[in-house]
Amino acid sequence: MTDITINGDPHKIGEGQNLVELLQDLKLDPTKVAVERNLEIVPKTTYQDVKLIEGDRLEIVHFIGGGK
Amino acid sequence: MTEQTQDTFNIAGKDFISRLIVGTGKYKDFEETARAVEASGAEIVTVAIRRVNVMDPTQPMLVDYLDPKKYTYLPNTAGCFSADDAIRTLRLAREAGDWNLVKLEVLGDQKTLYPNMVETLHAAEVLIKDGFDVMVYCSDDPILALRLEELGCCAIMPLGAPIGSGLGIQNPVQIRLIVEQSNVPVLVDAGVGTASDAAVAMELGCDGVLMNTAIAEADDPIAMARAMKLAVEAGRAAYYAGRMPKKLYADPSSPLAGLI
Repeated sequence: MTDITINGDPHKIGEGQNLVELLQDLKLDPTKVAVERNLEIVPKTTYQDVKLIEGDRLEIVHFIGGGK
Repeated sequence: MTEQTQDTFNIAGKDFISRLIVGTGKYKDFEETARAVEASGAEIVTVAIRRVNVMDPTQPMLVDYLDPKKYTYLPNTAGCFSADDAIRTLRLAREAGDWNLVKLEVLGDQKTLYPNMVETLHAAEVLIKDGFDVMVYCSDDPILALRLEELGCCAIMPLGAPIGSGLGIQNPVQIRLIVEQSNVPVLVDAGVGTASDAAVAMELGCDGVLMNTAIAEADDPIAMARAMKLAVEAGRAAYYAGRMPKKLYADPSSPLAGLI
């Protein structure tokens, strides 16, 4: 298992998982979210190539209702 | 203006007919949000960027209720108190939505939610260099508004009163000065409480109005959304009609000649 942080909380994920697989496990639609990995934006087109490693810090965000 | 139907305004190369931009926060649920937006006639809606709840991904999402193909999503940085936070948020928004049009808002004080203009200017510069089309929430200082336009902001959005206060347009003189000097759209962003406030903003010559709380916290948000739509249209029409001059004394409407 690999220990990473998602949205500030610790998570254990499978060894060698890429971002597409992680989003699948989390049941998140990749078209509806954006991902930041260690403070760098991950372009949607590269999710398949991003292998997650120990200590990665992910932010997964989406649009919510908000005004000001 | 000869034809009312031609009265569009342009933001970052795109024409819009509705001059009312609405926020999507503070509603009871997404159902109500969608109905209020529909009633408002708005084509642009502001949205926030927040962490996904990874523990419960089945929760409904805004995009399921407001189709991003039908409405222009305007990601905003509400809640950001530094340029860095705002820039980071909007870069994520661009990746989430795949569009460049954003609303920059850097706040300076929890109590008043007044914009921090030093941070706002810095963030605007960085974002514009990075290819964003930046609509910018700002103070009502005409000098700073001009500076934001010079930096390349595509819309200037001064507050009419503090965010969520519903106090109405407290600064008609400053708003008018900004309208007169600007070559990009000027929209009042924040302060509107009821329909007449929206009409006042439009009568000052603003290109549009952005609001959220005035609709969401009305007793009947759907009815208020419709009222705001009409007020913005009425204010715009009155601005173009050209109001009569104000006079100190009465001036009878009926002719005096032929009086018995």
